[in-house]
Amino acid sequence: MKHKKITMALTTAACSLFNATPDVQADESADLGEWDINAAVLYYTESERVSAFEPVISAKKQIDSDESISLKLTLDSLTGPSANGAVPSINPQTFTKPSGNSSYTAPANEAPLDDTFKDTRVAFSASWEQALSRMTRMTLGGNLSKEYDYLSLGTSVMFAHDINQRNTTLNAGVSFAHDTIEPEGDIPTPFGIMQPTGTTQPRLTGTDDKTLIDVLLGVIQVVDKDSLFQVNYSYSQADGYLTDPFKVISIVDGATGLPIIEDATTNLSQVVFENRPDSRTKHSLYTQYKRNIIGDVMDVSYRYMFDDWEITSHTLDFRYRLKTSETTFWQPHLRYYQQSEAEFFRPYFVSGQQPGVGADNVYATSDYRLGEMTTYTIGLEYGEKYHDHGWSIAAEYYLQSVTEPSVKVGQLAQQELFPDVDAFMLRFNYDF
Amino acid sequence: MRLIVFILGVLSITACSDLGVKPWERNVLAKPEMSLDSAPLTSALDDHIYFSKEASSGGRGFGGGGCGCN
Repeated sequence: MKHKKITMALTTAACSLFNATPDVQADESADLGEWDINAAVLYYTESERVSAFEPVISAKKQIDSDESISLKLTLDSLTGPSANGAVPSINPQTFTKPSGNSSYTAPANEAPLDDTFKDTRVAFSASWEQALSRMTRMTLGGNLSKEYDYLSLGTSVMFAHDINQRNTTLNAGVSFAHDTIEPEGDIPTPFGIMQPTGTTQPRLTGTDDKTLIDVLLGVIQVVDKDSLFQVNYSYSQADGYLTDPFKVISIVDGATGLPIIEDATTNLSQVVFENRPDSRTKHSLYTQYKRNIIGDVMDVSYRYMFDDWEITSHTLDFRYRLKTSETTFWQPHLRYYQQSEAEFFRPYFVSGQQPGVGADNVYATSDYRLGEMTTYTIGLEYGEKYHDHGWSIAAEYYLQSVTEPSVKVGQLAQQELFPDVDAFMLRFNYDF
Repeated sequence: MRLIVFILGVLSITACSDLGVKPWERNVLAKPEMSLDSAPLTSALDDHIYFSKEASSGGRGFGGGGCGCN
């Protein structure tokens, strides 16, 4: 019934179908037979936390007028401390590293950070686009992403069909990915209690995996000679191991709010490993509007997302490409993001109220990324574009502000459980 | 259900049929900077950051796999 309605609506729109012309989307392809190469490098650094260095290079070859291939290689080097999920305390706290062989100490009155993160990711993707008919194109894609403890393999197919004198493009696609994780120190037991260095940690298995299926339906519509918009609906289903094996939840005294001491000799705080549901269904609606304003380009998008973890989010993104000469531009960028917390978000447990060790049907996380959060990005890009090459440089500032729990027992009332995280980004792009 | 109504609403707007241009009116739309994803490498780098730091991903294209750690 829904398909009939859509078909009818679009048929009405297609008042007179001519043989037409270029694509709805602008054509940026290279000359036939030549590789069009683009490269970028990103430096990302958080205050006193993670920093990342990420170069990426892509190449596209237009084999003939209706066939092209694209390749992309990404490297990602990551290092620095990351919040482990435990609450701060008026006393220093010790935690065992994921390997179980050594420990780290969080200073008093600071959100504990695990400083063991150091990872390198290599990702490769390839896609092949082929016209199936005068109005229909198909893109087949494949991607591989490998980290020290993580492997992701994915494939996708996307169809695009032009109607209405190529003023409307209908997109439909599906992707499938299979990820395997083999974390340092193995997969922890749900709500297992972290043990001192050198003793047996609560572990289940060495590896686990998950599958992801995404379906995307979209419409791109030319509005007039200066503007166009798109609307996408995405459905995403993830099944398998969705827990973060490195995140823990503190057990605190119900009166004082002080972390329970698990091991007095090493000053180890009592923390349990988190556990998330083994499936997640997400829906998102993405809209984008792009308009030429006397040579400048305004680009606005909005995304609404909700899932069965009861997270809803709103993302607003605004870019304005200000043309300052025939070859130069400035582009300010603003982004606003707001999310609600997952239904199983628990900043800490009061002692005696935590789930039993191994309770895999109970879910809890204190990972702030699943908490109520607002983030802001402000950036500025400068670029130069010539006939056959171009470059740009961008600086951006990113701020994450997480809502503190409404009830904090004892000493936690004086602590900031989720301090703001801010990051600075510098990006350089070069089009060969 | 709300989503379906919204999508059909948008589609019915597109069906008003005044939208669109003639083939010879596409010179502005054909410019690279008017492409909906005019800087795909920038989009990919941004998406990876936000995928790692927030609970949402995808929308423009496929969310895809990968580790959301750190």
